[in-house]
Amino acid sequence: MPDTLVALYVFVLACFIGYFVIWGVTPALHTPLVALTNAISGIVIVGALLVAGAESAGTAAEIIGFFAVLLASINVFGGFLVTNRMLAMFKKKDKK
Amino acid sequence: MEISANTQALAYLVSAILFIFALKGLTHPSSARRGNYYGMAGMALAVGATLLGSEVQSYGFIIAGVAAGAVIGTVLASRVQMTAMPQLVAALHSFVGMAAVLVALGTYMNKAQAGLLNPVLMGELSAGIVIGAITFSGSVIAFGKLQGLISGAPVIFKGQHMLNAALAVATVALAIYFGLTESVWALVLMTMLAFVLGFTLIIPIGGADMPVIISMLNSYSGWAAAATGFTLENNLLIIVGALVGFSGAILSFIMCRAMNRSIINVVFGGFGGASEAGPSAVAQAAEKGVKAASVEDAIYWMEDANRVIVVPGYGMAVAQAQHALKELLELLEARGVEVKFAIHPVAGRMPGHMNVLLAEADIPYDHVFEMDDINPEFATTDVALVVGANDVTNPAAKTDPSSPIYGMPILDVAKAHNVYVIKRSMRPGYSGVENLLYYQDNCSLIFGDAKDVCEGMVTVLKGGGH
Repeated sequence: MPDTLVALYVFVLACFIGYFVIWGVTPALHTPLVALTNAISGIVIVGALLVAGAESAGTAAEIIGFFAVLLASINVFGGFLVTNRMLAMFKKKDKK
Repeated sequence: MEISANTQALAYLVSAILFIFALKGLTHPSSARRGNYYGMAGMALAVGATLLGSEVQSYGFIIAGVAAGAVIGTVLASRVQMTAMPQLVAALHSFVGMAAVLVALGTYMNKAQAGLLNPVLMGELSAGIVIGAITFSGSVIAFGKLQGLISGAPVIFKGQHMLNAALAVATVALAIYFGLTESVWALVLMTMLAFVLGFTLIIPIGGADMPVIISMLNSYSGWAAAATGFTLENNLLIIVGALVGFSGAILSFIMCRAMNRSIINVVFGGFGGASEAGPSAVAQAAEKGVKAASVEDAIYWMEDANRVIVVPGYGMAVAQAQHALKELLELLEARGVEVKFAIHPVAGRMPGHMNVLLAEADIPYDHVFEMDDINPEFATTDVALVVGANDVTNPAAKTDPSSPIYGMPILDVAKAHNVYVIKRSMRPGYSGVENLLYYQDNCSLIFGDAKDVCEGMVTVLKGGGH
């Protein structure tokens, strides 16, 4: 089986996981869900690292890679921290 | 230390599982924070495994990029106001989109230099660039609208759909041409057209449709990551991209269902418009047979009620009335009144917007209810207090088949014994439809800024009530 086809298998099966997991998310947490998925989609940082750190990379590719790493890490740090900040606010009634 | 490709692949697998658990954590507020930590662990593992792999050979640019991104991201996340969350999310979406475009361009350069280009790869690169670019410019427009930098009203011009169709066809044609000929010019032109397309796709969509747009762009950012995964033959990116892509798609679906509109209608609709308020609100109200009430009137009914249901909407967010509502909640509870909050799925400017604002004001989440759970309770509720919500309470959605919003699920506010609506003017809601609720005998309007009115209620209650 060619690699692209394997990738397609992975993609389609992951779509099903996404479908079932996301329907389980409580509507009260839809804003944190958007923020968390935002942080997680910062996973493009892996691609950015591969571009910026490749042995064959010329200066232009290195600079492009730098900006990609920068943008993706803003997402990763900003996304996870703001999700954490929001989730910390969701409290049950205080038991005084 | 350098790890083998197999070790790296296993680390990626663990990382993917951690991300799935992260999303799973959001099933309930009590497990959500742990979920977020799983997500952080997954990300740290993925980045660590990538850096230790044999493909990354130089670290200077990477360290600089991560350090700068960490500082900017941390500052953004710790400073942002909760009411500005939709803007922050839009900004972050644009970063993912741009990062995907840059990764695809950089990969193209590296592969071209190594002589490793082939049509499949170039097709995948094109997909990454096009989706990323649309995500970027679309999110920039969404950010501008939410931040008030550009008008939130739908921008509609003649031939809009034709222009979008032409742009889309031209973009795809250039992608195919690039795949077949390796023409750099086709690549550049395609990238530019995709940026323009993101702009023209989002500019016609109005402010109150933002929950759908935010969800849609969330979805696009996931598909952009998945396309990048195909380009790099990286299964982790494909899995995560699919998870995020589906998350956004499901949210878009939920938002559309809550408005009884199709996604096509939202994207191409240009629904509603701004109608200006005429003479003074109270005079207009009297003319139309709407009752205006004072803060004291409302408190008179609320202080001895068995149950009060508060219905917050975007007006509460604009006025920042959530903290005053928290005080009102405490004072009423001290008098033995049961207070609940009812949330419509599309209230606010992004999915779940109201829940976060109420949580910010320390209102416990077990007081906050979804539409379907609370609707049966309105009929046995003494007072429903509507704070800056409009269309989602309009009984016309149930009773008037000729109404543009007919069929939209609404909160059954109209069934409560007494309804008080806090409103700034008689202006109709986003849909431009008159709210029939206001003409009911059990409904009175309190004119004013939501925060001022709620604080007024708190003052009256503190002064010993009515």
